[in-house]
Amino acid sequence: MKNRKAIGDTIVFLLLLTGALVLLAPLAWMLSTSLKEPGDVFKYPPQWIPRPAKWSNYLDVFTEWPFARYLTNTLWVTGMAMLGTLFSCSFAAYSFARLRWAGRDLIFMISLATMMLPAQVTMVPTFAMFVFTGWIDTLLPLYVPAFFGNAFFIFLFRQFFKGIPLALEDAAKIDGCGYFQTYWHVITPLTRPAFITVAIFTFMGTWNDFLGPLIYISSESKRTLALALSFYQNYFYGGIHLHTLMAASILVLLPCIAVFFVFQKYFIQGMVLSGLKG
Amino acid sequence: MKQRSLRARETTAAWIFVLPWLLGLLLFVAGPIITSFIVSFTDWDLLTRPKWIGAQNYKELLGNDPLLWQSVKVSAIYTFASVPLGMGFALLVALGLNRRLPGLAIFRTIYYLPAILSGVAVAMLWQWVFSPEFGLINTFLRYFSLPAPGWLASESWALPALIIMGLWGIGGTAIIYLSGLQNIPDQLYEAAMIDGAGPWKSFRHVTIPMLSPVLFFTLIMGIIGSFQVFTQAYVMTNGGPANATLFFVLYLYRNAFEWLKMGYASALAWLLFVIILSLTLLNFALAKYWVHYED
Repeated sequence: MKNRKAIGDTIVFLLLLTGALVLLAPLAWMLSTSLKEPGDVFKYPPQWIPRPAKWSNYLDVFTEWPFARYLTNTLWVTGMAMLGTLFSCSFAAYSFARLRWAGRDLIFMISLATMMLPAQVTMVPTFAMFVFTGWIDTLLPLYVPAFFGNAFFIFLFRQFFKGIPLALEDAAKIDGCGYFQTYWHVITPLTRPAFITVAIFTFMGTWNDFLGPLIYISSESKRTLALALSFYQNYFYGGIHLHTLMAASILVLLPCIAVFFVFQKYFIQGMVLSGLKG
Repeated sequence: MKQRSLRARETTAAWIFVLPWLLGLLLFVAGPIITSFIVSFTDWDLLTRPKWIGAQNYKELLGNDPLLWQSVKVSAIYTFASVPLGMGFALLVALGLNRRLPGLAIFRTIYYLPAILSGVAVAMLWQWVFSPEFGLINTFLRYFSLPAPGWLASESWALPALIIMGLWGIGGTAIIYLSGLQNIPDQLYEAAMIDGAGPWKSFRHVTIPMLSPVLFFTLIMGIIGSFQVFTQAYVMTNGGPANATLFFVLYLYRNAFEWLKMGYASALAWLLFVIILSLTLLNFALAKYWVHYED
């Protein structure tokens, strides 16, 4: 019996190992290509470990393309979207979770219901609105909406806020704290995981957003990384610049990978929370 | 008197806190929803005034647009292949991880990593992996003297290629299943064993029912997500070859932002809503046959 379990475990372990290698292979392939001489990219059989590794391909990304410009744009949009989302969503969630007011539950239900609607429904009128405000070909449409909340993140914050004992808030009130002070000094320190989770999700979503920049941005100097990459793909694909393209793609993915490794716990928590309670 | 003013203060504070979201709900959600519905009954190129044409857009969409039906077909095939396949593989991975073997934390990280990567960079990576001449997959297939298809360049292999690429991201679902598996009480398995159930029977009669609410949730979310695929299709194949990967949202995007047919695009968005809503309601109706809720 024990023997059978050991054999089973070994088989499962080997299967998991194979699966893991299959999943990592594309990333390894990408890394390998990004370090090759242009002439070595299209060789058969392919070389997995380029010798010598041409790290200067990564510098070329910055010197041959205005990569720093795109990076600045992307950082600005992502940073502002994170700031806006964290404030607007945690404010609304505090109101929904901890304060009593007429219409609260009705408005919360309406907010949840809007999550059912695919984003494509609001896409055309939202675009028309930004044409009207003259914001086309600016970065504004990419982050200003974040300052006006998001139903899913409000829901996530509310779940966390509901879990804080009321007694703590009452104690703060007795000490003479107003509502904003209570939010700032009692609620936020106790729900840091919620803030980190929402910050991560917003970062990933905005950093990788493609459709937004695609419809709103037309001048080259305002492109985000995702949009810029897609343009280079059009010009260079299949050509001599593939190694630079892979280096640029890795540079775009790198912050996401770094965030994932640092905050893995929160990714899993957020995923499971939205999965099980959603 | 004191009591009442406290209450009033709470209400004021509450409205101030929720104000940004209320504005957002009006400006970016409710307003656009209503506008979109009205626009769907017009002919509008965004530059001139919208022209009211009644139900014309919907008539065209239901009767006279072969490209639309191609896009519905592509999205439907993608959904019906990638969602069940993704759920199946994710469940296998979760069952494997749940055996608490050595290296669990490392495996979990490796399986989860691809799931958090998305967007143009990932599309770029896979385009290179699928390259017919020098790509990773065909190099591998040739090594074993297997037929090496044209993948993204081939009318019959482009969509399967995107389905395979989608499977790269099953780790997120696997993590949800894993936590679901860990929540199943051991007593249930012990009771099943005492009743003489082997591994298959206890999987069939304990694991699946206990996991069914989570399976149901990922099924619904998977369908919604796969009907909204856009970036891969735009970047990797641009709908081709010969419209073989003309996903629904790509077709909608073309109508709106390439052909400036805002009215027709809005009607398409509502059709998408109806499709997603019907599939969701259908799944809720079918849920009573297989989804098992505690209490």
